[in-house]
Amino acid sequence: MIHSLFLINASGDIFLEKHWKSVVSRSVCDYFFEAQERASEPENVPPVIPTPHHYLISVLRHRIYFVAVIQSEVPPLFVIEFLHRVVDTFQDYFGVCTEAAIKDNVVVVYELLEEMLDNGFPLATESNILKELIKPPTILRTMVNTITGSTNVGEQLPTGQLSVVPWRRTGVKYTNNEAYFDVVEEIDAIIDKSGSTITAEIQGVIDACVKLTGMPDLTLSFMNPRLLDDVSFHPCVRFKRWEAERILSFIPPDGNFRLLSYHVSSQNLVAIPVYVKHNITFREGSSQGRFDLTLGPKQTMGKAVESVLVSSQLPRGVLNVNLNPSQGTYTFDPVTKLLSWDVGKINPQKLPSLKGSMSLQAGASKPDENPTFNIQFKIQQMAISGLKVNRLDMYGEKYKPFKGIKYMTKAGKFQVRT
Amino acid sequence: MTDSKYFTTNKKGEIFELKAELNNEKKEKRKEAVKKVIAAMTVGKDVSSLFPDVVNCMQTDNLELKKLVYLYLMNYAKNQPDMAIMAVNSFVKDCEDPNPLIRALAVRTMGCIRVDKITEYLCEPLRKCLKDEDPYVRKTAAVCVAKLHDINAQMVEDQGFLDSLRDLIADSNPMVVANAVAALSEISESHPNSNLLDLNPQNINKLLTALNECTEWGQIFILDCLSNYNPKDEREAQSICERVTPRLSHANSAVVLSAVKVLMKFLELLPKDSDYYNTLLKKLSPPLVTLLSGEPEVQYVALRNINLIVQKRPEILKQEIKVFFVKYNDPIYVKLEKLDIMIRLASQANIAQVLAELKEYATEVDVDFVRKAVRAIGRCAIKVEQSAERCVSTLLDLIQTKVNYVVQEAIVVIRDIFRKYPNKYESIIATLCENLDSLDEPDARAAMIWIVGEYAERIDNADELLESFLEGFHDESTQVQLTLLTAIVKLFLKKPSETQELVQQVLSLATQDSDNPDLRDRGYIYWRLLSTDPVTAKEVVLSEKPLISEETDLIEPTLLDELICHIGSLASVYHKPPNAFVEGSHGIHRKHLPVQHSSIDTGESPVSSGPAANIEQTHVIPSQGDLLGDLLNLDLGPRSTCPRCPPCRWGLWTLTVLIACNSVLLLQVWLPAVKAKGLEISGTFTRRQGQMYMDMTFTNKALQHMTDFAVQFNKNSFGVIPTSPLPVHTPLMPNQNIELSLPLNTIGPVMKMDPLNNLQVHTAHETKSKAVILTFFPIYFSERQVFLATWKDIPNENELQYQIKECHLNADTVSGKLQNSNIYTIAKRNVEGQDMLYQSLKLTNGIWILAELRIQPGNPNYTLSLKCRAPEVSQYIYQTYDSILKT
Repeated sequence: MIHSLFLINASGDIFLEKHWKSVVSRSVCDYFFEAQERASEPENVPPVIPTPHHYLISVLRHRIYFVAVIQSEVPPLFVIEFLHRVVDTFQDYFGVCTEAAIKDNVVVVYELLEEMLDNGFPLATESNILKELIKPPTILRTMVNTITGSTNVGEQLPTGQLSVVPWRRTGVKYTNNEAYFDVVEEIDAIIDKSGSTITAEIQGVIDACVKLTGMPDLTLSFMNPRLLDDVSFHPCVRFKRWEAERILSFIPPDGNFRLLSYHVSSQNLVAIPVYVKHNITFREGSSQGRFDLTLGPKQTMGKAVESVLVSSQLPRGVLNVNLNPSQGTYTFDPVTKLLSWDVGKINPQKLPSLKGSMSLQAGASKPDENPTFNIQFKIQQMAISGLKVNRLDMYGEKYKPFKGIKYMTKAGKFQVRT
Repeated sequence: MTDSKYFTTNKKGEIFELKAELNNEKKEKRKEAVKKVIAAMTVGKDVSSLFPDVVNCMQTDNLELKKLVYLYLMNYAKNQPDMAIMAVNSFVKDCEDPNPLIRALAVRTMGCIRVDKITEYLCEPLRKCLKDEDPYVRKTAAVCVAKLHDINAQMVEDQGFLDSLRDLIADSNPMVVANAVAALSEISESHPNSNLLDLNPQNINKLLTALNECTEWGQIFILDCLSNYNPKDEREAQSICERVTPRLSHANSAVVLSAVKVLMKFLELLPKDSDYYNTLLKKLSPPLVTLLSGEPEVQYVALRNINLIVQKRPEILKQEIKVFFVKYNDPIYVKLEKLDIMIRLASQANIAQVLAELKEYATEVDVDFVRKAVRAIGRCAIKVEQSAERCVSTLLDLIQTKVNYVVQEAIVVIRDIFRKYPNKYESIIATLCENLDSLDEPDARAAMIWIVGEYAERIDNADELLESFLEGFHDESTQVQLTLLTAIVKLFLKKPSETQELVQQVLSLATQDSDNPDLRDRGYIYWRLLSTDPVTAKEVVLSEKPLISEETDLIEPTLLDELICHIGSLASVYHKPPNAFVEGSHGIHRKHLPVQHSSIDTGESPVSSGPAANIEQTHVIPSQGDLLGDLLNLDLGPRSTCPRCPPCRWGLWTLTVLIACNSVLLLQVWLPAVKAKGLEISGTFTRRQGQMYMDMTFTNKALQHMTDFAVQFNKNSFGVIPTSPLPVHTPLMPNQNIELSLPLNTIGPVMKMDPLNNLQVHTAHETKSKAVILTFFPIYFSERQVFLATWKDIPNENELQYQIKECHLNADTVSGKLQNSNIYTIAKRNVEGQDMLYQSLKLTNGIWILAELRIQPGNPNYTLSLKCRAPEVSQYIYQTYDSILKT
């Protein structure tokens, strides 16, 4: 199981270590540093690194490497998922997961890690259980603690820990009972230079914020549940009911949680809400290149495409660019060659464009690689897959809750090749 | 307000100050002080000297302070075992606390204190906690057993904790069950043979019930445990699969992958034509695809596993090739894995898309990735015949880019395409030749040279091209040297008139100026072939080459099956069985896929329904660059002396093995499997009833069966030849070995070899891969004889003296040892406290050797004087003595 954890910052300092079994010397991280040196980019460090006596499994989040040390045959995904949970917990407790935040709360961090893992076995990783055991630090509580001498460690065994619904604590009370659901879909797509779709798929999630008194039992049904053939549920969802009736039936956790995530694969037809017209040319022997980019909406069912941001890594031979955006602003970093154009909202009547010239290194041959454009956008009030919630019902409690549902479509890894 | 204040230290008296604070009257001060100590600990400072002071703070009703002290104890108890005993009392007391949280905390912490002395005190409280009324305490106690086992395994067994742990599997609380399973799995890792987790249908049922209700981590432990179970029939397998399938929709990717493992394993047991089997296959695809939308680390592990799954059951993901298309901001390790899987899934149906993608990748920035993409295009050409033409034209386009590493990689793969589709694409040779100068990597140079040699008759200036390579012959790598040698010989055989000088030059470079044995041997073979029989030489060198097979670097089926049993584990990431790399797991049972019990007698053997069935159809050619590459390039053809061996290739190995005369030496590996396409030969020489034997063990470590073995000895110094053909009549199946004894006599032709003890043996076998091996090794034989007075007859200048060093035996043992090896002591006398042994031996070719061995008591160095009419053998006799006495 998980032996130790090292937290390493961007400059390669180990700023926290935690051992759940015997102490593993820091020098084991040298193997990690070697791998880090070999990697061209921070994110290219391989997630699993073998050393003579241990294995290092790492994730990079918020510019911090979380490096777990294991010694025996352990499923790597188990370790990775656990590390994700650590990151989430830190974020949940401290608002941000940065080196400074961790250092500021080092004792809480230690208490948390001790509570999350026992001898390498995960113990309590559900945020609501942890919060009952160790209260998140707030300025108010710190002051109260200092004055009254009480602690931020819960004295009682968390109620949910052993019940059949470990994700929900008992005795929840709200004056305003409300349940909000956000259907958020991200499109991952690769568009080739002629504008045809090479691959497109949708990663969707339904995030919920449920603040309901008591033990509510909810059901959520869809207009077109057939879209959801590849789903991952929160443990609270009753799988049998879904299999039989395609209805989501569950006792929700208290607060924010992800009810389900789903995947609409490339085999279904996925609508692509934007198109890109581009003309980027380098001529042999000339130190100038032409740059011409136009964006436009399509298949958006009349909804506006907003928060559009185009970014691209231009070839190394490009010294500088001189471009003229029809709207928004652009920046170009001559060192990293990163071009980024903040477009804003696309107006279908007047399509945004970015035109101009690029200056190349004099005398160098024309670049071999073509830039790829990464596009980000948001479309409110629409789930691009067409998924629609039919109704939400509550059983088990008498009050009438306030219900809300919101749809949004975003670009995930949306790439246009040129 | 923040904890960072605990880091701000002041000057040198830090420890001293902390000590004072820890002993402060006020509880609050003490808590602050402990926090400071913990903070110092987290950054790796040594605060162990504060141990007694911190332990003093343990007696408190403040839970936070207690926890902090416990934290500290865990870290430092090891350094201060005597002090740690002071804490024991508090632990025992806490284990009786009415608050289950405190009971659990105490039992948890005690287990973490890795001090042998403490463990004894721990047993009673632990026993109580294992039976605690509160499940939270029980589940903590279960883990504690595993901790304790790590410290003192014997004690855990003696105290019967393992049985208590087994009882917990039947616990009413799913979390307790999950933790018990986890603890037992961890313990059984260090206890390979004990059947700790007795998996019977009742227990399985309990696990399946707990599976639905426990936490995600517990589910992983239970699923991993389930995968070790072998259901007794398909109905049981199906019912387990039905209850595991819902886990595929879990949000935790580790749960998903563990469930995939169970299903992949049990699929083996389901009848292939049943509806359920096909439904299950369909259900496996979406979760695997979903894993690829996770974070890059999750993707990486998933991809490594998918790589195994598509090799085992390509039908699961054959429709999903698009999800493996590379996004340009994927981390490099994800890109490389995706590429691998794309090729495995490439088929006629999707090849157009795949090729378009690969071409796109070949223009990216990252060199490793671009290279792999180019190589992938070549693999597509070889895999999907219909696409070959498009692949070749794509490669030509890439060569036109003149990007150095792209060109080199392209040339290497084009060579393979030529091999696969002979006489089809040679028109592009001219284009290739244009890039000759830019090649600086051995692989690419060798590939180009091979092409020039193979198609010498179509390239007008082939001789000039090869000559240009020859200039820097000695600076080239062995691979290039060998290829160049062969290429020039080919050229000579095709255009003998113009290239005589060139071939002379290369042969002398290879045989005289090189100190690489492989190169030299190959040079000699060519030289002899060319000088004795040019017609045969042509047949040999220019023989038809076997086609290279379609699939490259597939994992061997047996290994693949084993890895399928380890899906989700480190083994699956490294594609190696766990015992190959996990420490302390040498004894672990290798896992096997279950074999379907055919209940109906269909006449089909159980094996053929299992995974082994397709072994014979699978061709595996090793990836380029290993030793076999040399073998394939050797291009020597059939020889008349090996009549049962149809067109095959000859390799050449030099093995220097010292064999003592007739002694019972251990089998030695003469030919490792890696050098001979999976055929491993080990052997020794013995003498039984006056007859010499060559005892050999042939082991087939390849994937196909091997047949038609033949052996032939070259002329040697002793005239040793086999008296009968190899007694192998049945094919040698994969992983089978065969022991055989080949009787030898010494009536064969004699030729003096240099060194004398060289014996060149050819063994041949006919397989689809056609590998043939030559070995060299020295050999001696001797016979009993009375010691003759001829000692004086032999001139004194023939007497040679050797020292046998560091030998601690007395005269009698020495003589006994030698006698066991057929060297008989004729006389023994004692001169001035020294033991003198006189021995004689006769070699099979009639050479007599007389020996005098002088042993001084107390001196580990013996003096051996040898007299012989042929003094050149003395050296070997000395080596023989040396090895006999030292074994």
